[in-house]
Amino acid sequence: MTVDETIRQVLVEHGRLAVPVESLADDTDLFGAGMTSHASVNVMLALEDAFDLEFPEKMLKKSTFESIGAIRSAVTEMTDG
Amino acid sequence: MSAPAPTALRVGVDLVHVGEVAAAVECFGDRYVTRIYTDHEISCCRRDGVAGSGPAYAMESLAARFAAKEAVLKVLRPVDVQPAWRSIELHRMAGGWCEIRLSGPAAALADEAGVDGFAVSVSHEATLAAAVVIGWSAPPDRGEG
Repeated sequence: MTVDETIRQVLVEHGRLAVPVESLADDTDLFGAGMTSHASVNVMLALEDAFDLEFPEKMLKKSTFESIGAIRSAVTEMTDG
Repeated sequence: MSAPAPTALRVGVDLVHVGEVAAAVECFGDRYVTRIYTDHEISCCRRDGVAGSGPAYAMESLAARFAAKEAVLKVLRPVDVQPAWRSIELHRMAGGWCEIRLSGPAAALADEAGVDGFAVSVSHEATLAAAVVIGWSAPPDRGEG
């Protein structure tokens, strides 16, 4: 499974979005698509499980989880670092 | 005689589905709980009972605390890095009422924003928890008297 596929799967399972994940573009605002702050916590924890990483405090901001592209950038930064 | 300087107020409100919190506890267990809630909050929400007889936490109480944290964030209005969830605590006093206590980055953010104090009210029923937080800034000292 690719990084993008994994992110989308996490969003399906934990994002509680109001729209189908397949309809989301890379830069679609996930909070605008219905993801609550609490759901973003679940997404964060599920991403940590899926990619075997831990988000540092400096990445715990809304912009880290605001779109699939933003999540991919954060995950890539941590896994490549 | 001039009117007293107004106190600046900020208000934050949040609603949390209790079922979302229960699902998070079921899925992520203590990792979810310890990442979000302070030791004091966890002790307030832990159910005392026989092991295996039900959920380990009062989910509606956890949900109320998450709502309070989110309401505090709406008062603090962070523009960049969000303070750690654990740096915002809904502290239950001995008399049963609750206060907001901040530490670390959340306390620093309140200082920067000039928020001097908070008032909080939380409520919950079976499926929803809500919190309202008011932050205030004391009027400037005019040096009178």
